Amino acid sequence: MKYLDEFRNADLVKNGLEQLHKITQHPWVIMEICGGQTHSIMLHGLDQLLPPSIELVHGPGCPVCVTSLELVDKALAIASRPEVIFCSFGDMLRVPGSNSDLFSLRAAGCQVKIVYSPMDAVKIAQLNPDKEVVFFAIGFETTAPANAMSVIQAKALGLKNYTILVSQVTVPPAMHAILGSPDNRVQGFLAAGHVCAVMGYYQYHSIAEKYKIPIVVTGFEPLDLVNGILKTVELLENGENKVVNAYSRVVTEKGNIAAQAIINSVFQDVDRNWRGIGLIPMSGWGLRSEFSQFDAEKRFQVDDIMTRESEICLSGKVLQGLVKPNQCPAFGTLCTPENPLGATMVSSEGACSAYFRYSRVEEIIK
Amino acid sequence: MTSDYPLIQGPVCAVPLAHNDQIVMGHGSGGRMTQDLIRKVFQPYFSNTSLNTNNDFGVILNTGFKRLAVSTDAHIVSPIFFPGGDIGRLAICGTVNDVAMSGAKPVAITASFIIEEGFSIPDLSHIAKSMSEAALEAGVIIVAGDTKVVEKGKADGIFISTTGIGFVPDGIEIGGSYAKPGDTVIISGSLGDHGMAVLSARGDLGFETQILSDVAPLDAMIQSLVTEIKDIHVLRDPTRGGLATTLNEIAVQSNVNITVEEALLPVKPQVASICELLGFDPLYVANEGKLIVIVPANYAEKALSVVRENIYGKEAAIIGTVNSEPKSRVLLKTCIGSNRILDVMAGEMLPRIC
Repeated sequence: MKYLDEFRNADLVKNGLEQLHKITQHPWVIMEICGGQTHSIMLHGLDQLLPPSIELVHGPGCPVCVTSLELVDKALAIASRPEVIFCSFGDMLRVPGSNSDLFSLRAAGCQVKIVYSPMDAVKIAQLNPDKEVVFFAIGFETTAPANAMSVIQAKALGLKNYTILVSQVTVPPAMHAILGSPDNRVQGFLAAGHVCAVMGYYQYHSIAEKYKIPIVVTGFEPLDLVNGILKTVELLENGENKVVNAYSRVVTEKGNIAAQAIINSVFQDVDRNWRGIGLIPMSGWGLRSEFSQFDAEKRFQVDDIMTRESEICLSGKVLQGLVKPNQCPAFGTLCTPENPLGATMVSSEGACSAYFRYSRVEEIIK
Repeated sequence: MTSDYPLIQGPVCAVPLAHNDQIVMGHGSGGRMTQDLIRKVFQPYFSNTSLNTNNDFGVILNTGFKRLAVSTDAHIVSPIFFPGGDIGRLAICGTVNDVAMSGAKPVAITASFIIEEGFSIPDLSHIAKSMSEAALEAGVIIVAGDTKVVEKGKADGIFISTTGIGFVPDGIEIGGSYAKPGDTVIISGSLGDHGMAVLSARGDLGFETQILSDVAPLDAMIQSLVTEIKDIHVLRDPTRGGLATTLNEIAVQSNVNITVEEALLPVKPQVASICELLGFDPLYVANEGKLIVIVPANYAEKALSVVRENIYGKEAAIIGTVNSEPKSRVLLKTCIGSNRILDVMAGEMLPRIC
């Protein structure tokens, strides 16, 4: 088994879709949490093949999109310092802060480097003892173990010139925020498969119970997504509010316990601002006090940075599933991937960007 | 004290170092060192009657063609040597291919080098050798050249600009604006090899790959095509921005729709995997030895077999069609039967986070 080709098999996908059409009796609103799933749905054009009464809304699961403007501005302030080599995942370079982005800083001569792993940033710190190396540690539960590991490594190596700017966020509090909102429309969730691979899905039972909603742990390939949607609709049609694992080749109930231990040893729960949504209590991780010497916010004293969001951009509502990207007046006109107003237009996982790239086909063909 | 200093027995005159191992500013002075560099590094590889006259110009015989195709390209690549090629081969093939896309037979090329102080002379020799081999393969002669040296830090090792010319036979009208509804789209082989070979050669992915760049001259393939098929509409090499970006250029130029089928697109498994891992799309990754051929449907099978006869076209495939609507758009028919837009790349392709 190659674990990939089978899950892209067109015949199996078509079978799944046929079943889905057969069992769907009522209109349902289902949210896929993860930006990777949004990307995959648009990449494969899956949304075009669903029964018309099923509406997929795109959740706040793109780490680039939800990183608060305040943190982007802090990143820009730190990266502007002459003694700093600022390391980041590639997507983050294009995210607009209040006045600039990391690409522009790099063009202006600041040292901004794209890395593929936080361990690369640790290596850069080792090789450049006369520089301050800062890694922009953004992401959900999926990036947290490696980001935490970089701090453990830096400590073991005795590095004094390595810090991380932490913007770790976690999925369950965001699900609470969405389901607890009076405007909520979401009736079923596709839980993010890779987040669950790290964290397990034991935390989701209480959410399913509290909000009377089915949650299906779902993967990323077309067949995974069809199976996840099929299972969710089945539960919805039967009125069952429980958690089902439709990604069992990767996810277990308890998750990756070793990874969780690393996260817990370095990070603790903190309040986080989500771009476009606002403050969600205890919705992310920050460094534990014993690792505070690795905290870039403390080292570079960027606490007083104020933020200003674009007034036209509706990314907050998009991230909560209240409006579709193409319902935003700026979509495709004032706001494009080349000139993004909000972060959801930046990353390939961002809902607006995925819409811009892939889904305008409908309007164009019509 | 005495043991620390050499014993000087009289006045001595310092003999300048020969600088045989690295480029210094003097190599760009136009004086003796420049002549030396040309003689030792370039002439062994770039020897032909035009260059050997030591004039500032090259002369090419026009054997009776009315039209001349000209193209110019600046080549920068990091790293300079990568699996499957180097900047020298790239500098020749890139320009030869651009000239050939008109249906012309490329005949001559000029090269100008901007070299950073400190650049290794053995490496420069190696590059000159690659250029000479690629030029020989493509049947072009290097008729003129220039070398400038810039201070350390003012360039990234070496930049090579090349300009090529070729003669267009009468009756050939090939160009991006000639795609017509009903045409068939052919690609000469697998997509994304060059871009991913270069990326993995940079060594910062943390893993090694066996991917080779596809950099190659396509003029022989194109000459066979134009000889055997009289009605070729478009020839284009999908370099920067990959297949998706190039097809978009053609769709706009010709004011047509191009629809390609995902299941028909040739991508090597290792390229597909590494793209997947990094969040890249092979349809947007650069190629340096691939050809898009657009011909009327009734010539498609013939064109496919002509391309496949060439050493660089063995994996050629029919990948799509040209349609009238939606105009200026490229669509991808996915494996599961949906359609999506294949847009142009917005800017620099960025690796995804997770």
